[in-house]
Formats: sequence, C-alpha cells, structure tokens
Amino acid sequence: MNKTQNNKAWFLVLPVFLLVAFSAIIPLMTVVNYSVQDIFDQNNAYFVGVEWYREILQDPRLQDSLLRQFMYSASVLSIEVPLGIAVALMMPTRGAMASLTLILLAVPLLIPWNVVGTIWQIFARADIGLLGYVVNGLGIDYNYANNPVDAWVTVVLMDVWHWTSLIALLCYSGLRAIPDAYYQAAQIDRASNWAIFKYIQLPKLKGVLIIGVLLRFMDSFMIYTEPFVLTGGGPGNSTTFLSQTLTKMAIGQFDIGPAAAFSIVYFLIVLLVSWLFFTSISQLDKDKSKGTNNES
Amino acid sequence: MAEIHLKNLAHSYASDPEHTTDYAIHEMTHVWEQGGAYALLGPSGCGKSTLLNIISGLVKPSHGSVMFDGVEVNNISTQDRNIAQVFQFPVIYDSMTVYDNLAFPLRNMKVLESEVDSKVREVADILDLGDILLRKANNLSADQKQKISMGRGLVRDDVSAILFDEPLTVIDPNLKWKLRRKLKQIHERYNITMVYVTHDQLEASTFADKIALMYEGKIVQFGTPRELFENPNHTFVGYFIGSPGMNLLKMQLSEKGAELGGVTFKLSLAQRMQLENTGTNNLTLGIRPEFVQLSATANDESLACTIQHTEDLGTYKIVTVLLGENSIKVRLDEEQHVPAGDAYMNFPSQWVRFYADEYLINSSEEETL
Repeated sequence: MNKTQNNKAWFLVLPVFLLVAFSAIIPLMTVVNYSVQDIFDQNNAYFVGVEWYREILQDPRLQDSLLRQFMYSASVLSIEVPLGIAVALMMPTRGAMASLTLILLAVPLLIPWNVVGTIWQIFARADIGLLGYVVNGLGIDYNYANNPVDAWVTVVLMDVWHWTSLIALLCYSGLRAIPDAYYQAAQIDRASNWAIFKYIQLPKLKGVLIIGVLLRFMDSFMIYTEPFVLTGGGPGNSTTFLSQTLTKMAIGQFDIGPAAAFSIVYFLIVLLVSWLFFTSISQLDKDKSKGTNNES
Repeated sequence: MAEIHLKNLAHSYASDPEHTTDYAIHEMTHVWEQGGAYALLGPSGCGKSTLLNIISGLVKPSHGSVMFDGVEVNNISTQDRNIAQVFQFPVIYDSMTVYDNLAFPLRNMKVLESEVDSKVREVADILDLGDILLRKANNLSADQKQKISMGRGLVRDDVSAILFDEPLTVIDPNLKWKLRRKLKQIHERYNITMVYVTHDQLEASTFADKIALMYEGKIVQFGTPRELFENPNHTFVGYFIGSPGMNLLKMQLSEKGAELGGVTFKLSLAQRMQLENTGTNNLTLGIRPEFVQLSATANDESLACTIQHTEDLGTYKIVTVLLGENSIKVRLDEEQHVPAGDAYMNFPSQWVRFYADEYLINSSEEETL
C-alpha cells in the first residue's frame, strides 16, 4: 500500500499557530523588545541592552514590594491550604446539606475581584463597617487605613475569605474519589482518624493539591485588584504588591523600558516558583521512600 | 479467635421495611465455629457481602444480633471487634512500603517495634513477600497487593476471624490456585476462623470445609461440598452447584406415577405417600447429570428418550437428551459410548430427589439416621 503524501494537512495547524502567536508569543516579544530599548518618541529609540534589568533589580522600591509579595503569597498559602483541607474534611458527603454547602462555598468564587475589594473596604471600616466596628468594640484598636499591621491582616483575611473555597472544593472532589473500601480497611486495621488522614486521604489528595497550590500561588503572586481597591497600597507602601508597583511605573510614570524589563523578571519568578512547587510536591513520594529504606 | 454466632439476624437497607423483598438478609440463625474454614457461596446480589460486612461491623444489622464467643458485639465498632477483612479489590496504603503496610495494624495498636518487626517478617515469609518488603506498595502487581491486604489481617495474633470478600476476583487465573493454596496453609497454621465469600463453587469447595449457600438473602444450605452435591436441600442448591447443575423436572402426581412432561416416572409406595403428604402441587424431581444412566436398550425401569447433541469437553462429555418435553443434561465419562438417536435412560432411585415448594422432601432413610 502506498502511503498518501499530503503536506496540505499542515495548513490545518495554521489557525492554532496564529492564535498562539497573537495571544502569547507576539505580546511577550513586544515586551522583550521594549525591555532592551530606551524610547523617547517614535523616532528616537536606543538599544540599551541589559541596562533596564540592572536598574530595576537594584531599585529598593521594587525589592521591597517583591519581598512583600513573597510574604503575602506565603501567608495566604499557609492559611488557605490547611484551612481548605479542613473544610473539605468537615463537609457533609450526601443529602441536601451537601448541595447547600457546595453552593455556599462557591459564592465567594463568583464575586468579581473589585467587588470583593469594595465589600471588604466597607466591611472592615472602623467607623461604619461591621467587622471594624465590632473589633474596635472589643477594645482592640483596629484601623486598616492607618495601621500597616491592620492593613496586612485585612488584606490576607480578604484573600482567605475569597479563595479558601477553591482549595476546599478541589479537596472535596479529591476526597469523594476515594473508594469506601479504603476507609473500611482502615477501620479494620484500627487506624486512628489522624492515621486515616495521613495515610489515605492526604496521599490521595496530592493531585488536586498540586493544582490548588499552583493556582493559588500564581493568583496571589499576581494579585492587584483587591488590595488596590481595599487599601490603595497603603498605608504608605505597606500593602503595595508587585503588580501595583509595576502598574505605577508603566502607566503612571510611563517608564516603558524599565516596566518591560520588570515584567519579564516578574514572569520568570512566577515560572520558577511554580516549577519549584510542582517538582517538589511530585518528588515528595520518592524522598519519603528513601527515608524509610534508610530507617529499616 | 472466636466462634461467631448470628442470632435471629436480619437486615434491611430500607429504614422501614414492610415486605419481605425489602430485606437484604432474611432472618437467620447461624454459627461459624472457631477455627473453621467456611465459604459463603451464592450468586451476585444474594446478600453474601452484606452478611460479611455485618460480621465485621461495617454494616449494622437492623434486626437480631451478632455474637463473638457468646458476647453480643452489635454495638462494638469494627475497630474493636478485632477482625480482619480482605476486600475484592486490594486495598493498600500506597504512600507506604510493603513493610510499613504490613506493620500498620500493629503500629496502630502501639505494639513494640521489635515485636512488629518479627511479626512482619514472619508474615512476609509465609506470603512470599520477603524480597519486596522495602519496595513502595503502589507499583506492585494485583496479586502482590492482595497478598499485602491479607498480610495485614495476619500480622495480628489475636484476630477473631478473617473475612474474605471475593479476594481473588482481580487475580490472574494462573495465580489464583497459588493464593488459594496459601490461604489453606495459613488456615492450617494459625487455626483462625475464616469466612470466604465467593460466587465460584470451585473456589468455595477447594477452600472451605463447609459451604453456606446463600440465595435471596437466606442461607439455604450449610454443609460439606459433598453434602451440597449429593443432597441439595433446595432446588437452587441443585441448580447452582455442579457443572452443569442438577436436572430439575416439574412433576404432577397421577395414577401411574409421576408425570414429567409427557413421560411417566414410576414411584414406589413410600415415595408416593411422601409426595401426597406434602399437600402442594409444586413438586419437582431432581437428579444430577452425573447419575443419569443412558443406554441403547430398554429395561423395566427405563424411560424412552432422544439424544439431541453431545458436547465433548475433553475430560468428560455433556449429552443433551430430550425426555418427553424436558431437556436433560447427562454427564458421561470420556470413554463411555453415547447411543445415537433414540435411547433409554434410568434414574437410579438412590440419586433421585423430590422437592416440594422448592425444598427437599427428606426421604425416610434419612429421617431414621
């Protein structure tokens, strides 16, 4: 049999190629292009090499907001992941209550980000907000507009309120996928609830947790709208995160060159950390087995 | 180790059972003696897994009680019943090594690590898991995983009973007999009460000393494999046990004897009296294919029949014979000659069984026994 040679089939790939080119490659390359030039006007652009990169990496304003960004992502992840797992474990598994819980949990996820910011801005206000008023009523001096610590707590709390549901829902679906026989066998082996969690539920949740942690890391690391609406980055610069700094630089001051260089660095950081997360979680098993081998 | 006594036990998954059809398990009283190897045999959906889960405590019976050594355990949790159960699909803790899997039940009981080690190695030795002890459990083959599941039941010295819920379903056929053999050895060595659920009569009879045959939520017969074969006390037992199952012919009493769809089978006086005493019209004659005799020549007792076809299975033959309106299976040895076309068959009287309303009518010899 002769195999039909028909290279016209390659044309079928063209739409995808174009789509990817316009949606990802070309915009990214534009940014790369800006990041290596100093542009004064349409006719005056000078190639500056890595000059902008050197400048932004030494800029204390950016270093500070990068540090804040890491602290923010770390605190958000360290609260949302355990809390989300705990919520998923406590959720009812069947009946009307199960559906109701699912709907209630999904509600925060459906609210637009700037609305979340607005909700919390009012909710947490010391004078008229329910939360702020109650906390002050308890004798705790709380005002997110003046006190950096209060601002931080509020921003983190808002993110926890907004996104814990995502982890909880992912874990819930993961938990439902565990066959009953595992729980029955564990009962027969007299496993404690903690042992059931550690040896059955957690290993089976690994897959959804990788997704959950990655999503939450990327989202929280790129957060812009909510803190911007809530605190506007203040008081001072205490809740100014990376994307806000970037926006100020690119749009407020129109420093396209440094802003482009900054964007590239930002992108690479997200990529690097996500890769680190992914590999470390998926390697977890191998490390553990080595550990046990050494023990016994 | 324990004797397991099911007392007036019944179970319904419905919260408010009204009809008998609501029951997964009909009321029964049954005793599994300490140290016995039992099989719980029956078709899919007859309630055998439910019964097993009731014994282990995973399912709480709606009626009656479960007693271990005379103590009611209805309200004792699975954890505290001290029972081992092996499931249809192997359950292993895949983040652990084989060693840790086997040690898991002992560690949950806070047994000293030195004892854990000796026990795990002993069990691994019996199950031939010794050389893979340090491997991760999740990449093993199905039979190795199932052996680990069994091993977790065996490491505990004080286990009351080991329950098996069709444990060999996912195992390759050529490994099945090996594992079955292993189970038998373990039973002989530890003298633990074992209950083995299966729908495979071969599995049941090779493993068990006594088989409980379940049908529609009832144990219809409890006996040795031989008893089930020779004296099925319910038509379902006759049909289910044996390959092929018992020939079951609907019959009516007449002046001349028993009418079997156009053929008259002569009855002795005693037989006739027994059948008349049952007071029912739902009468069945049963005879095993192994016991039907075929010949080309007639004798006093013989019934005229027509040979339809013969299946030669290599070690024996199955002959399908038309007797009146009924089709009858006859199992013959390989070297036996099969007459062609018209033939005659005999039902040796010691192998003929009569059933009234599907239950065996005890013959007079047995009553005197």
